[in-house]
Order: sequence, then structure tokens, then C-alpha cells
Amino acid sequence: MPSDPSPVLNPATPGGPVPTTVGATGSEFDTTKARKQSTLIVKRFLRHRLAMASLVVFLLIAAFGFLGPLFWTVSIEDTSSRGYLPPSAEHPLGTIQTGKDMLAQLIVGTRLSLAISLVVALGSTIVGVIMGTLAGYLRGVVDSAISRFVDLMLIIPQIAVAAILVRALSGSWYVVALILAAFAWMQTARITRGETLSLSQREYIEAARAAGAKTRWIIFRHLVPNMVGTITVNTTLAVATAVLSEAALSFIGLGVQSPDTSLGLIINENYSQITNRPWLFWGPFVIIVLISLAVNFIGDGLRDAFDPRQTKVRS
Amino acid sequence: MIRYIIRRVLISIPILLIGSVLAFFMVAGAGNPLAELKAKPGTTPQQIADLEASLGLDQPIIVRYWRWLLDFLQGDWGQSIALGQAKVEVFDSVMRALWITARLVVGAEVLAIVLGVTVGVIAAVKQYSIFDYLATSAAFLMFSMPIVCVAIILKTYGIQFNNVLQDLGFDRWLSTVSPAEGGFQGSFGEVVFQYTGTYLLPTLSLTLISFAAYSRFQRASMLETLNSDYVRTARAKGISQRRVIFRHAFRNALIPVSTLFSLNAAVLFSGAIITEAVFGWRGMGALLVSSIRTFDPYMLMGWLMVTAALVITFNLVADVMYGILDPRIRLA
Repeated sequence: MPSDPSPVLNPATPGGPVPTTVGATGSEFDTTKARKQSTLIVKRFLRHRLAMASLVVFLLIAAFGFLGPLFWTVSIEDTSSRGYLPPSAEHPLGTIQTGKDMLAQLIVGTRLSLAISLVVALGSTIVGVIMGTLAGYLRGVVDSAISRFVDLMLIIPQIAVAAILVRALSGSWYVVALILAAFAWMQTARITRGETLSLSQREYIEAARAAGAKTRWIIFRHLVPNMVGTITVNTTLAVATAVLSEAALSFIGLGVQSPDTSLGLIINENYSQITNRPWLFWGPFVIIVLISLAVNFIGDGLRDAFDPRQTKVRS
Repeated sequence: MIRYIIRRVLISIPILLIGSVLAFFMVAGAGNPLAELKAKPGTTPQQIADLEASLGLDQPIIVRYWRWLLDFLQGDWGQSIALGQAKVEVFDSVMRALWITARLVVGAEVLAIVLGVTVGVIAAVKQYSIFDYLATSAAFLMFSMPIVCVAIILKTYGIQFNNVLQDLGFDRWLSTVSPAEGGFQGSFGEVVFQYTGTYLLPTLSLTLISFAAYSRFQRASMLETLNSDYVRTARAKGISQRRVIFRHAFRNALIPVSTLFSLNAAVLFSGAIITEAVFGWRGMGALLVSSIRTFDPYMLMGWLMVTAALVITFNLVADVMYGILDPRIRLA
């Protein structure tokens, strides 16, 4: 159970099992049942109406992208229709200039945009957390080196470097995702470094170190579990940022390239039709905004749920 | 303070230098600027080799970097390698593009700060009022909008607004193309008319995007100061509401917002690249995209170095502002 900050109870055996259900073996004299930290967090999140609604919206969009091909089997490569057909039973959202079916485009675009942003969020979080905790825990030379490296990475706009690298490598969705992730971890690193600096002053870290725990153990079993709230919130927000970055990059034509497609590329291909065939522009636009909004609200709900000062659910 | 600024400038020199090495290797490794020419039928290998030699592309990359650095430091930023066109000095192109973009970015940043701070303060003072909810919703919506779409929507309605103006018998006001080369002509009134018409929509798209962050940040920090002990003390002493808000709460609430200013620099620049692409401006964005397409190494290096220097300057300005706003921070 990663979010349970109970290792203090068992500092002498850093390799041993950490009891996660202390007090759960209730006796008949207990008036209240002890609950795990995670149960509380989930409960608080479930009570957050806006966040729950956002989660539903997000899951619906994900289902549209990932399960859509099961119901709508038109290929995005199919150019047999005429270009710019109006919506009809055969093409519910009409066709784009090249005669490709718009609904099929949207499904694939949504899937790849989501996949890109999830990879970016996870990748940048992993790298950022490792860099940040290393810098904050080890201090000294390591800290200076990592901090200066972060400064270095921040002086050039992400979109410029990413565009150069995409042009050099390729426009497949996973290449775009990895490139964006490589230039998105700095914020997470800064935040986790700051948090680690204050956490590593606490007694339980000192106790773990005194018990002979190794750096890796302390980082992954003591520091990271205690920052899990900050990290989770940050990861969700990174999804929103990544959706927008991908759209921007693909819009200038230096992101995802055909035959792959993405929401940004669909907007790039169709925005000239905004007055004549508005649905070609507003479709991808609404999906991007919904993803981004939903993820931001989910992040907000998570922040509240992880905040121990929240008293909406009594333990 | 001056010693602090000097030290910061000195620290940024090695950062820029290391950045330039990384950037040069990335740019040089990205692709061959002569690839298009090689693919063209009718070019002999001899021609390619001659061209490579004249451009210095046949040298090892370290040598090329070293030559570039020496020239760069002496003010010779090299020439564009874009083929089939007259040779262009990198310095001139970058500076011309920067001049167009800088006016856009600075205007948008100033507007965003003024608007964002005002909205944030009102939302905090009247917490949970209708204004607060409206401002919060607007900020969340703007946070989630891709700047591409904001620009496209503004451009579309700008054109329709122009059509309405024309139907009513006025001149078309809002421009949706790049500002004219050589500045605006005519009487003072006409220049103002053209200037505002040209800059309004792109500036607005950039402003709307960064305004969201400023207003949220300002609201949070204002709420914090409004609930702090010294504000309660000030109220208890009988100081008027207006004075408490402006002299005690607002001034202190501005301090954390100044950090956002430096974080926002790179964001604004990225936003400007997109906005320019939508409105077809020939600023830094267009220069970047066209140089990437042709793998133009010296142009890209010039672009990257100027942007990096600008971001560093923004960070420095933000830190100095932090020091001025908050006397507890001693910059030494």
C-alpha cells in the first residue's frame, strides 16, 4: 500500500514487510473501525462531484477512442469517397478533403492524442520524480548538477526543440510522445526536489537511515510514498498540458504525421473549413477541450482527496 | 542588487555556452540541409561536394561548432543555407522576426498581467460571489483551450466582424495577416487604426491564454494574505477596507505572482509561435518552422540562442522584481 506513511512503526527492519493494517484487527471494544489511508482518499474523491463527473467524461472519451473501432469499422486510409461530403448515414460527420471519413479520423485522433498524453505524463513523472528525489535527498554535487541541468533544459521553448527532433526522427505517435516527455519532466523534478528537501529532515527518514536503509530504499519506500499526493496531482495536470502541446506541435505540421493522425493534425487539416463545414473544426476542438478540462478537474479532486486537512469524510 | 545582477549574468554565460553545444549537435544531427538538392535529378556529386565545401559541411562537427562559436561571438551569425534563394544574413532575419514577435509578446504579457491580477483580486475579495464563479469558470476554460483554437476562432470572427463593418460602410479594421513590411503609413489616426487592427487579435489570443494562470494565482495568493494575521490586525485597528485591501493584502499578494512571470516566458514564446502560424505572421514562429523544414543550421542556431538569452533575461527580471516587491529577500 504505497500511500500509507506507516514505516516509522517498523524502522528496524528496512527489508521486512511493512504492516499496512495496523489496528485493523478490531477488538470488540473498538467503537470505530480503523480505515486505511487509501480508503479515505478514495472516499473523499468519490464525494467530489465535479471530479467524479469529469472522470466519467474522461472515461467516455477514452472509450470513444479505444473502443470506437469496434463499432465504427471504416478505415482512416479509405479515400474512396468524394471530398467534403456533408454528414450522412454513411459518413455521420462527413468526409475531409481527401475523402477520408471524419468519424474514423476522430476516433483514431482521440486515441493517439490520449495515448501520447498518457505516455508523456507517465514518462515525465517517472524521470522527474527520480531526478527530483535524487537531487533533494543526496544534495551537494548531485543536487547542483541536476538543478543546473534543469535550468539548461528550461531555457529553450519545449515546442522548438520538439519540432526539430520530430523533423529529424519521425512523426509516429510514440516518437512524438517520447520527445515531448523528454522535455516535460523539469517541472515535476523541481516540485519533488522541494518536497524531498523538507521531507528528508523528518525523523522517520533519519530513523530509516540509522537502521541502515540504502538510498534506493529510502527514496522508493519512504520518500515517494509520502509524496504520492503531489505526484499524482502533478501527473494528471501533465496529461492536460501534453494534450495541448501535442495539438500545438501537430498544428504547425511538425508533430504527428500521416498516416498516423491526432486531434492537432485534424485541426490543422480542417480549420480552413470553419465557416463552411464547422463540424470539421468543432469536433476535434470540443474533444481537446473536454479532455483538458476533465483532467484538470480530476486533478483538483485528487488534490482535495489527498489533503489530510480535508474533513469532508470523517474517519 | 547590482552585484547580484552581474553575478547572475556571469552564471548564465556557461549555461548559454553548454546550451549552444547541445543545440549545435542537435541541429547538425537533425538532418542534412542539402538533402533536397541531392534528391533533385541532374545534380552531380561534384556539385554537392563543392557546395558542402563552400558551406563548411564537410568538416567534422566539432570543427564546425568551434568555427560557428568564434564567428557568433564576433557578431557574424552566418548565413542562411536555404537553397534557391538569395543568401540571407542570419542576424538580420532573426532580429527582424524578433522585432515583430517581441511587440506581440510584450503587449500580450502586459495585458495578461493587468487583467489577470485585477480579476484575481476582485475574485478573492468577493470570494464565492457570482463574479468569483464566473472568473473561475473562465480561467478553467482558458486553461483547457489549445491556443491554436483560440486564435482560429478569433480570426474567423474577426473576418466576420470586418464584413459587418464593411456592410455598414466603414473600412475593414481587424487585420488577419502579417503586419506590413516597412511599418504603417499615413496620418497618426490611420497608423493607430492599422496598428490596433493588426495587433488586436493575435495579442488577444495570447492574452486570453496566459490571463487564466495569472488570475488563478493572484486569487489564491490574495486569499492567503486576506486571511493572514496582519490583515486581521489591520482591520482590528480600524483601517478602512480599501486601505486594508490595497496597502496590506494586495501588495503582499503580488510577491508570489512575480514568479509566474518568469515561468510564463517560455510559454508565451511557444504561444506566439502558434499564434503567428494561424495569422500568417512572418515573426519568430514562421522563421522557426521554415528553418526546421530546410534543416537550416545557422538560422536555427541563431534562433535558439536568441530565445535562450531572452528566457534567461526574463528569469532575471522576475528575480529582481521579487527582490523589489519583497524587502525580506536580500539579493546578494
